[in-house]
Amino acid sequence: MSGELQGEHFDCVVIGAGMSGLAAAIRLAMFDRKVLILERHNAAGGLNSFYSIEGRKYDVGLHALTNYAPPGAKGLPLVKILRQLRLSRDELDLAEQRGSRIAFPGRSLRFDNEYELFESEVAREFPNEIDGFRRLVGYIKAFDETALDIKEESAKDVIARFISDRILLNMLMVPVCYYGSARENDLDFSQFVILFKALFLEGFARPYDGVRVIIRALLNRYRELGGLRKMKCGVREIAVEGNQAKRLILDSGDEITADHVISSVGYAETLRLRSDQAEDAGSTNTGALSFVETITVMNAEPMKLGWTDTIVFFNNGHAFDYRRPDDLVDLSSGVICIPNNYRYSDDRKLEDGFLRVTALANYDRWAALSEAQYREEKEKWYDLLQRRALDFLPLLRVRDKEHTTPPMVAHKAQSRLILSERTLAKDMFTPLTITKFTGHLGGAVYGAPNKVKDGRTDLENLYLCGTDQGFLGITGSLLSGISMANLHVLGRK
Amino acid sequence: MTKDDVKQIVLDIIAEIAPDEDLSDIKSEVRLRDQLDLDSMDFLDIVMELRKQHGIEVPEDDYPELASLDSCANYLQPKFEAKASA
Repeated sequence: MSGELQGEHFDCVVIGAGMSGLAAAIRLAMFDRKVLILERHNAAGGLNSFYSIEGRKYDVGLHALTNYAPPGAKGLPLVKILRQLRLSRDELDLAEQRGSRIAFPGRSLRFDNEYELFESEVAREFPNEIDGFRRLVGYIKAFDETALDIKEESAKDVIARFISDRILLNMLMVPVCYYGSARENDLDFSQFVILFKALFLEGFARPYDGVRVIIRALLNRYRELGGLRKMKCGVREIAVEGNQAKRLILDSGDEITADHVISSVGYAETLRLRSDQAEDAGSTNTGALSFVETITVMNAEPMKLGWTDTIVFFNNGHAFDYRRPDDLVDLSSGVICIPNNYRYSDDRKLEDGFLRVTALANYDRWAALSEAQYREEKEKWYDLLQRRALDFLPLLRVRDKEHTTPPMVAHKAQSRLILSERTLAKDMFTPLTITKFTGHLGGAVYGAPNKVKDGRTDLENLYLCGTDQGFLGITGSLLSGISMANLHVLGRK
Repeated sequence: MTKDDVKQIVLDIIAEIAPDEDLSDIKSEVRLRDQLDLDSMDFLDIVMELRKQHGIEVPEDDYPELASLDSCANYLQPKFEAKASA
């Protein structure tokens, strides 16, 4: 029963070693609080973790670090994070995207880290809407999305006050929803603003070695500050007495106490750890949105095959339905990511070519499968999703020598054949994988539909940070951990 | 401890928390926020570092006293002196 932590007292315990938990813990350790991070998984990073299969390293969540801010930029989230965690920009080794695209049938909007491109693309594709679009962007720029007391409003309603073309509206919604909406078919306007700024006004970047670079930097920082961390040890129960989280009972059986508890594991997930709550507490605020993602490793550089995009947000119709599908996977929309297509410094190139494709999925359907069916369905949907992605990428052509003219005939069957010949390895993760890494109920990538912006709970020493506090993406979750540690622990007298 | 010493202490702290800012030409009488890109998170860090490095407490109601280097010096000097003679 008694282990190494039995009976210990901490100034603060942080539940979860994802981005937000690590950031919160770093802030607390920086100012000499005795902090402990508890993580049930064996790796840090949460949704943004990484794993290896047969010596190849894969990222779980990361397509892109959003909110890219160039050196010298003022007041942007990335700059705030570097300062607050006292990290140097060099440690993150960020490379900017080459360029991305929103692709609908017969319609396309390109964008990169210079906002002007996106604006000119909207003007080209939707000339009648450009004035309204500019006014919308002006409104977004002036909006303070970080205020913790903003009234909720439907993003679609607000956008409709500025633009009337449904296709343009949907083209804006696809990237925003896929990169952060926990709500089906709409989102709170302040969340839309966070994401619009993160994606279009700031932009995408990626460390050459992927998300592990960011995690390593955070873990090193925390270690230097003397912070304690216990892996493969989750919290089994938060024992509540009065309005206090009195004790934490760990998976190991140890019982510890803390002045403050910051939980990054989610709104309903945190409630369900509490001794004073029902097992199904919070069920009216659990997320329904989960994803599958295919990862294809290729023995070719995507650029050389003619694939120059960094990210492609695609939708196969003019309407966009962002909700939990009835089937295992919804092939009508999704995201293609080619991590090779960042401008890595010193001309570095990733060793292999990568193609990642994400689409909406139904957690319950995946969870109901037997092991054999699960494997079979993975195979099947891998192929279908791959096929769908090829619809939105330039056709592959056989090109044996650099200087020979490519054959004039290039069609989808040939693309599929070439891709399969080029494939070295493949993997696919499902909503069940997401639950394994994040602990989120229902594989809900972006957590609960209703966020708790001030991070408060009805207990006076228990707070939320991370996905369900409501800042989004890697940058957002880091900022969430920082803000909650500042607001609830450090900023107090 | 002179007022200039106090100003230097504050500048050293700012250099630590905002290494990306140029501090070579800071005017003492002008609000720090008007010369540097500092937000409320950065001011919290100035307060936290004063406590951590020098044992000086700045209650939240007094944060406006840290607006400029001059006001920092006026407000913090007695605190440093009280600390030194304690």
